[in-house]
Amino acid sequence: MSTTTEQTAVEAKMIPIYVMGKKYEVPETLTIMKALEYAGYKYIRGCGCRGGVCGACSTVYRKPGDYKIYTGLACQTVVEPEMYLTQLPFYPANRATYDFHALEGNPEEIFGLYPELFRCVACNACSKVCPMDVEVMDYIAALKRGDIAAAAQISFDCIQCGLCASRCMGELPQYHIGQLARRINGAYLTPRAEHLATMVANIEAGRYTECLNKLKSADEDELKRLYTEERELEPAQAGEDWTPKENVCL
Amino acid sequence: MSIAYYPGCTLKTKGKNLEKSALAAMEVLGIDVEELPRWNCCGAVYSLADDDLIHVVAPVRDLVRVAERGQDTVITLCSMCYNTLARANDLMKNDEEKRKTINDFMDEEPDYSGEVRVVHLLDYLRDEYGWDKLKEKLKSPLNGMKVAPYYGCTLLRPKEVALDHPDRPVLMHEFLETLGADVVDFPNAMECCGSYQVLGNPDAAVEVSHEILSGAAEKGAEALALTCPLCDFNLGKRQDIILEKYEGASEVPIYYFTQLLAVALGVAPEECHFELNRDSAAQLLKDKNIISAVPA
Amino acid sequence: MIRKISPRTINDDFRRKVKEISGQDIQQCFQCGTCSASCPMGRMLDLLPRKLMSLLQFGQSDAIAAANTAWVCASCHTCMVRCPRGIDITKVMEAIRQLTLRQNINRINPSEIPAEEVNDMPQIAMVSGFRKLTS
Ligand code: SF4
Ligand code: SF4
Ligand code: SF4
Ligand code: SF4
Ligand code: FES
Repeated sequence: MSTTTEQTAVEAKMIPIYVMGKKYEVPETLTIMKALEYAGYKYIRGCGCRGGVCGACSTVYRKPGDYKIYTGLACQTVVEPEMYLTQLPFYPANRATYDFHALEGNPEEIFGLYPELFRCVACNACSKVCPMDVEVMDYIAALKRGDIAAAAQISFDCIQCGLCASRCMGELPQYHIGQLARRINGAYLTPRAEHLATMVANIEAGRYTECLNKLKSADEDELKRLYTEERELEPAQAGEDWTPKENVCL
Repeated sequence: MSIAYYPGCTLKTKGKNLEKSALAAMEVLGIDVEELPRWNCCGAVYSLADDDLIHVVAPVRDLVRVAERGQDTVITLCSMCYNTLARANDLMKNDEEKRKTINDFMDEEPDYSGEVRVVHLLDYLRDEYGWDKLKEKLKSPLNGMKVAPYYGCTLLRPKEVALDHPDRPVLMHEFLETLGADVVDFPNAMECCGSYQVLGNPDAAVEVSHEILSGAAEKGAEALALTCPLCDFNLGKRQDIILEKYEGASEVPIYYFTQLLAVALGVAPEECHFELNRDSAAQLLKDKNIISAVPA
Repeated sequence: MIRKISPRTINDDFRRKVKEISGQDIQQCFQCGTCSASCPMGRMLDLLPRKLMSLLQFGQSDAIAAANTAWVCASCHTCMVRCPRGIDITKVMEAIRQLTLRQNINRINPSEIPAEEVNDMPQIAMVSGFRKLTS
């Protein structure tokens, strides 16, 4: 262990937190996830990316004397003194099975797969609990009126943590419905990117074969040289119209 | 300032013919409405249990959205939305204790105490626009068309939010008369179509809907005008079931009141989305020379 | 059918809860029958509203629970606007439904409705049906 780490550990103020009701003293600088590990917990589940995008580490907590429910991702949220927390890495939610390619992308298909959509009472508990600040109630409201594109947009930041479903008064699996909306939006409602087809055609016509073969046959040193010396870097303040001088492989 | 417009979910899908025709008609009339940029389903039915306030939250939230934008009036087209929003508004205005509970619960929203006025296009036309002014704007009045006004439940009951006398209403009669139609009075005009029982007891809904349709037909109505997508479902979309089940039942074209308004104002039939009605609806208008052709 | 009314058969708890949830004074009903005559669903009901009100006044919860009345009622509010005693019978029906739904019992099950049927329904039917018939 390096001395710097030791020093930090000594210097950081220790604060009490309660994990599932049991008190621990942990350094105040840690995230909930690190604090749990500091306290001796070992993650087998409830932890994935450690970067705030996988949705595995959703955590619910309360503060003393406050009726509010607080939530956060354990890997992103810094501990607070006297917080009462538990992780809720998974919450059972009805997920419909469907053959995606058999869908046509209309709202009725979503209604048929998730009729419980219509049990939403607009209590907004879902939006309040969402650690990603997604307006969950609003994407459910958009879906109820069949606006798939709006639902896809509003739910875009969802990381499928499931906390919304844990609080839903109408017993909806919001995040699964939102995911279906995003899938449909991407596959059926968004205009196709035409330049993609051109690109694929170019690739198939062998436009890049030679460039790729050159890279494939290069040995390690040659690759390093190409990457570090030969590569033309984009200047820091380059304008939008900047293009490299060497463009045979573009 | 424009009036806030609350559409309701069904008007964005199966009830598009109600919304589109209404917006086109209001444009002709110079009624300036703007859809709320943010709104949620009102819940369609008002909570009837005294101790159940959670089901009042949805419509109140929509009213908060109107108030937030500094608008004082919200206009509705669907009569169930009208009823639910108006009743919720009434509660927020008049029941201090429940108002506080609801405001406290919605701690993320500004407090609300019934400042917004909830109107339906029909009473707006009667009270604010005026039948006379409307009459002046007509391009192809519904001359020679025998239409029965079907009120259903939610425009007239309960009394607190009724747009007219619950037992002897004239609102839709006057509306259709203004449009130039021959108004056919019939005894079932205020009777329920079965409403949400289409889910729980579909046969019962079919039976009461059949009575309404045959009641109108017996009085010589050639068509029915209504204001609610659920009535339209029971009486219009599911009329095939009725025609099959009851001997002697005859086809009755069903219109949203706004579609009749729009065509009478000379709006192109394409904008009224008659493809979402029974085929007989556009056909009858064509037969009566109110529109020149059935839209393709 | 002869019904025995005795302190033993009167479910006072049920009666009290219906009053509480509906906010209606059910003892005000004087059995005129206006509600029954007005009810559009009348022919489909096991018990017409007047009879239900009478049974309710005597706390006959079993008979009321066994009847389809509250579940076939469409909340049309006709009885309510016509009752000469000013009773909101529609709210009484709601209270009876709520007493079942609040035990986490569904009258219809959303997951069991065939997808084709859902596809046909306008949203307004689903929303209102679920509010009235699911817990
Ligand atoms: S929408 Fe639901 S599942 Fe998605 S991030 Fe928010 S709480 Fe989690
Ligand atoms: S928690 Fe459920 S019922 Fe409440 S607003 Fe969200 S989706 Fe609707
Ligand atoms: S109308 Fe009113 S008073 Fe008459 S029987 Fe019905 S509930 Fe009783
Ligand atoms: S509210 Fe129910 S009980 Fe009363 S008249 Fe209507 S359907 Fe009948
Ligand atoms: S571990 Fe992936 S979001 Fe926290």
